[in-house]
Amino acid sequence: MNDINPSAKPVSFKLVLLGESAVGKSSLVLRFVRGQFFEYQESTIGAAFLTQTVPLGDAVIKFEIWDTAGQERYKSLAPMYYRGAAAAIVVYDITNYDSFLRAKQWVKELQRQGNTNIVIALAGNKSDLSDKRKVDFSEASAYAEDNGILFLETSAKTAQNVNEIFVAIARKLPKDRPITDKNEIDNIIIPKVGDTRAEKPGKGCC
Amino acid sequence: MDGEYDVVVLGTGLTECIISGLMSVNQKKVLHLDRNQYYGGESASLPLDQLYEKFRTGIKPPESFGRSRDYNIDLIPKFLMATGKLVKILRLTGVTRYNMKFLLIDGSYVYRKGKVYKVPATAMEVATTSLLGMFEKRYVKNLLTYVHNYDVNDPKTHENMDLTKVTMGEVYKKYGVSGDSIDFLGHSVALHPTDDYLNKPALDTVNRLKLYADSLAQYGKSPYVYPEYGLGELPQVFARLCAVYGGTYMLEKPVARIVYDDEGKVCGVESQGEVAKCKAVVGDPSYFTEKVRKVGQTIRVICILNHPVASCDNNKSFQLIIPQNQVGRKHDIYVCGTSFVHKSAPEGKYIAIVSTTVETNNPEAEVKVGLDLLNPILDRFVYVLDNYEPIEDGSKDNVFISKSYDASTHFESCADDVVSIYERLTGEKFDWSRAPPEQAEE
Repeated sequence: MNDINPSAKPVSFKLVLLGESAVGKSSLVLRFVRGQFFEYQESTIGAAFLTQTVPLGDAVIKFEIWDTAGQERYKSLAPMYYRGAAAAIVVYDITNYDSFLRAKQWVKELQRQGNTNIVIALAGNKSDLSDKRKVDFSEASAYAEDNGILFLETSAKTAQNVNEIFVAIARKLPKDRPITDKNEIDNIIIPKVGDTRAEKPGKGCC
Repeated sequence: MDGEYDVVVLGTGLTECIISGLMSVNQKKVLHLDRNQYYGGESASLPLDQLYEKFRTGIKPPESFGRSRDYNIDLIPKFLMATGKLVKILRLTGVTRYNMKFLLIDGSYVYRKGKVYKVPATAMEVATTSLLGMFEKRYVKNLLTYVHNYDVNDPKTHENMDLTKVTMGEVYKKYGVSGDSIDFLGHSVALHPTDDYLNKPALDTVNRLKLYADSLAQYGKSPYVYPEYGLGELPQVFARLCAVYGGTYMLEKPVARIVYDDEGKVCGVESQGEVAKCKAVVGDPSYFTEKVRKVGQTIRVICILNHPVASCDNNKSFQLIIPQNQVGRKHDIYVCGTSFVHKSAPEGKYIAIVSTTVETNNPEAEVKVGLDLLNPILDRFVYVLDNYEPIEDGSKDNVFISKSYDASTHFESCADDVVSIYERLTGEKFDWSRAPPEQAEE
């Protein structure tokens, strides 16, 4: 989506999406990653996560974006989902007040369960439907300020503030030390499929 | 949840989650329910407050133990063999993409005549260990060379023994291996829990010895690996795999009854007034009390320590085997140790779990020899679980029930159960060479 300084080595960060069903989590990701929007978006079958890079001065931030795969329904999102997450976008629908209340619960849950220095952004999605608005901008903004988290109203449909929210998160991430340390070879001993570097020479992987 | 599914899975233990992940990738419509509010069933890892809630309802853990969420305590202690079947399944399903991190267990130990010895892991350690005498070492080495060269498909390596007929006892005899060396090989290397194997065809034991050697050769130090944050991560990654391919998950969902048609075949699962229609049901024994039988009991004692275990070289992780012969029992006693390094406990804390198959009416006394090696113990949770297995194979009613997790130290029997259920459920042979599913990643 942007020109990327070819000499900069991307620093990877895990980012998780949270929020009630149908608030537009997957749509936000697909707008950010592919520049696409579909009115009736089905969740992406088979994607463990999607990736997108954000150039930021001399650094390149590579987001590994995890979607809930529907596990937010029926109280079944597993703790492993937030493991190692450096950032989270908690999404609500500005036309649905309950989804805002639920978003607040997710923020609380992240502050309890997530990484201690996790960067949290609140996204009031569907800002293109402001005539049906049920959540005041000022209320959400005040809540975000009180909790020290980022806040933007977004629209996956018009692309308003979609890149901006990811860039705002990227700016707040520590550039020197990624929180997802999955490349520390010392600790990874089951290499990713296709990654032969971590395997001993002459040893087949299973 | 009312709707039609190819398969409804009950309980989110590891076996069930692997099955639902595999089925979902195979484009089957999967509904997965659990009565608990957490993933993992019997194979969960619990934070400290949930562990207290489970064993001492109403009592909160002392504050000096640190933050509850920094504990991930396994209910069933096991390690993964580095080249074992579960690692193969992790690879062929591609769940290793889900940021899973594995750590090597520092060392493997064995108890003999009141002392703890390191199980030799290198040629140098074999040469210098005081576990075996000089002559014994030569006999053991000759047998292990035979095992190393043995290839099922190459009769030249069989040395005129048909291992599907010759017993392991006879193989030991042929190589002059006896007494303590048999104990060492059978229990510390082949990881047999009893001596029953001596009178059985040798092929199984030869394969176990090979698995240990291959796993040890993979990374050195020990043949075992262990996931960061505990074993409870394993069911969760397979559940995510299932969900990513369209499977539906519901926790805190009690199951009222299983519904059968006129021919006795399963056709649905009822919960909270709704019925999910389905062609098959898979689940752990706790959901099918009338279709399983008890096959013994396992005792496990979860111990929280604030020190490493001195007799295991103060390692931050270890496995210790106390062979049955050493303590006048039929079944080995196992001690699995992990610590803050594996994020199973907060900084400075260690978790050791002692387990064995119950033989008497006083199971806690049976594991005393293991507990004594861990003193002082900050806190301990003793629990005895009945082990169950299904009475039927599911061919009549399309209900496929897993076995309880046994006392063994690794996941080989669990992986065998997964493969068996998969084959009965799908009618297909399990394909060990299947490629990981395409990643729809950008």
